[in-house]
Amino acid sequence: MSDEDGALKRTPLYDLHVSLGAKMVPFAGYEMPVQYPLGVLKEHQHTRARAGLFDVSHMGQVVLRAKTPEMARAALERLVPVDVLGLAEGRQRYGFFTNDYGGIEDDLMIANRGDHLFVVVNAACKAADIARMRAALEPEVTVKEITTRALLALQGPAAEAVLAEHHPGVREMKFMDVETLPIAGAECWISRSGYTGEDGFEISVPEAAAVDLARALLAHDEVEAIGLGARDSLRLEAGLCLYGHDIDADTTPVSAGLVWAMQKVRRPGGDREGGFPGAAEIFGDLAESTAQRRVGLRPEGRAPMREGVEIFAAESGGEAVGRVTSGGFGPTVGGPVAMGYVSTALAAEGTLLYGEVRGKRLPVKVAKLPFVAQGFKR
Amino acid sequence: MKYTEEHEWLEADDDGVVTVGITAHAAEQLGDVVFVELPEVGTSVNKDDEIVVIESVKAASDILAPIDGEIVEVNEAIVSEPGKVNDDPEGDAWFFKIKAEELGQMDDYMDEAAYKSFIG
Repeated sequence: MSDEDGALKRTPLYDLHVSLGAKMVPFAGYEMPVQYPLGVLKEHQHTRARAGLFDVSHMGQVVLRAKTPEMARAALERLVPVDVLGLAEGRQRYGFFTNDYGGIEDDLMIANRGDHLFVVVNAACKAADIARMRAALEPEVTVKEITTRALLALQGPAAEAVLAEHHPGVREMKFMDVETLPIAGAECWISRSGYTGEDGFEISVPEAAAVDLARALLAHDEVEAIGLGARDSLRLEAGLCLYGHDIDADTTPVSAGLVWAMQKVRRPGGDREGGFPGAAEIFGDLAESTAQRRVGLRPEGRAPMREGVEIFAAESGGEAVGRVTSGGFGPTVGGPVAMGYVSTALAAEGTLLYGEVRGKRLPVKVAKLPFVAQGFKR
Repeated sequence: MKYTEEHEWLEADDDGVVTVGITAHAAEQLGDVVFVELPEVGTSVNKDDEIVVIESVKAASDILAPIDGEIVEVNEAIVSEPGKVNDDPEGDAWFFKIKAEELGQMDDYMDEAAYKSFIG
């Protein structure tokens, strides 16, 4: 995760963050901005109302190539329960690496960029992900980590108007489209996606051009720099999983409620069913359900229920029936929001449960995810 | 005005009632406050009891009773609008008032100059 001497890495935007007054914290081996002077609450609200610029350069960017593009797409299907072969050129799809027990090793974005696949993985998992892809796919596929590009995310209802001033072509893109467009003189790999629940773009930019691009975007009145703090509350309200918290090696796609990301062609009865690690276990879960399910949780009071809070079926007595895996205050919701796992029998929307906070059991209801309406441009 | 190492401020009136809040420095360090739980009026507390819970967008923290005494008033306005703690921590957003058993306990705490050098 960090260099051998244990030193934290910096992204190409480090100096810019510091000059903007960011509070820098260690995150997945990098020194990253957790918030700017605006503060987490206002950064969150600004992103939902206008547009926020996030530095996500700590994430892993990987290019996969084979003799033919089809060969690379077919090969990656050996590691993910996702229809990669059927992913059209210029399109992107969410997926996850599974392990032999059907657990999730990481979640990722897979883009078909014509003659190659472009994959974006989590910072904390990237070394393991690259090793996994090398072990399983080489020499048929070359696995190349891209270390000379930064990754920016521009998110919010004003993102399209802002980015279109730099290249009008982005207006033509729909949710999960990918394109190569020159912006501010640099070749940018753009996807219409993000992890805030808002419309927006992720922009892979050569590191030499990254600061200029970030400054050009921040020059718009609509755009503010947004730190990891607001990134977390935005994705939580959007019902999106954070790897290592809401999903991990012990949660399966079925318990995590991510079956939608496994296209029918890879499920039982599909033309290319199985063929990924843990397929038998995951298919078993599909047939018989799982002991627990990931759900949205909406505390009835004002007290946030954070990660680790135990969930009970009754106000007193009994064993825990679940726990919170992500939780906090949702600025757009205007109250506490959480996600967690509860017994499948208690996972129906509206079920009244109790979260134990500081020794007191407080009422919490199973809630529909996401907590806020999605702003994607379909 | 007196200050604790826990970043509380204390101000005593002539009747031995001490108003307690958190300092501007503490409010800034906490970040946006989203939840406050106050003790009940009439509660007898001992110095260092955890009597207030305050949660920001980042984390939960406790506020300790700075002296022995009885809680005589709490500021419900910060329960319904926790953001006031960030807006005016050393004024309108006081937390509770405590009738001191022994005002001398306040002598152990820092004055403004000492607190300023404490927070650097």
